[in-house]
Amino acid sequence: MADEDSLITDELRATIGKRSEPTTSEVDKLQIRMFARSVGHVDPIYFDEAEAKKAGYRSIPCPPGYLGTPVYDPRYSDPTFGGRRGGGGPTAGPQPRRPLKRILNGGTDIEYFDDICAGDVLESVGYVSDIQERKGGIGDMLITTSKTEYKRVSDGKVVAIMTGTGIRY
Amino acid sequence: MGLKFSEISEGQELPVLKKNCTSQQLVQWAAGSGDFYQIHYDKDFALGTGLNNIIVHGALKNAFLGQLVHDWVGASGRIKKYGCSYRGMDEPNNDIICKGIVRRKYEENGEKLVDIECWTEKADGTKTTPGSATVKLFN
Repeated sequence: MADEDSLITDELRATIGKRSEPTTSEVDKLQIRMFARSVGHVDPIYFDEAEAKKAGYRSIPCPPGYLGTPVYDPRYSDPTFGGRRGGGGPTAGPQPRRPLKRILNGGTDIEYFDDICAGDVLESVGYVSDIQERKGGIGDMLITTSKTEYKRVSDGKVVAIMTGTGIRY
Repeated sequence: MGLKFSEISEGQELPVLKKNCTSQQLVQWAAGSGDFYQIHYDKDFALGTGLNNIIVHGALKNAFLGQLVHDWVGASGRIKKYGCSYRGMDEPNNDIICKGIVRRKYEENGEKLVDIECWTEKADGTKTTPGSATVKLFN
């Protein structure tokens, strides 16, 4: 694959496995309720702490897909997405051999290793785990798989790993 | 009451979860998720990027599938992993029907596990968000 025709340059391949600066995310009741309300959840465990405890949780748990909210600070947060401004992403760092204009979010997978509940503070570190290329109906495609590990600060336990697929074409 | 491993069978369908996003729900999701990208609530902005309309966030459809599985399992277990691919766009005020089927039940490392195939589809049956989940049951 390391030929002149490949979209993946040596510099691009060398980014695989490079870990990002950590991001701190807080999990709190207010934000869980807002998230659960926006999805349309009806299970009271996402709104009422007593119901959450009755169901065996320490406090109100994260609904599926919610892994805390990055602490917002206008000095370094992105005003649209809330995460760290310029903190990586597909357009930062080494680029493919031929320029690709468009980006698609290909998919999201989350693996959980413990309950995540209000009161938890998570530290997340992301890295690119794989880069593939493919010729498809939409032309040259660069498929980047990235993983984000969420570690609970209080006990150092990795509580979730999110895998995201980004497609550039 | 409660879901039991012994009572689950492969091929069993999860209760269908029907969604239909208003633009209000997309604004709520922006606030809930922290993703304020304008293509999801500002039609002029969306048209300016070449879209025909505002579109439903992929991550919201991911969360819908999470709700589908959570509502089925309830307090009888936990979601161990779940995810989906974003294959097609959905617009507000259109049905997003979330469905799931039990594909496999098995025990592994002392855990009672169930693999589910899940997806969202439009009113005409087109699947826009194929996914899967693994849940563990306590009993």
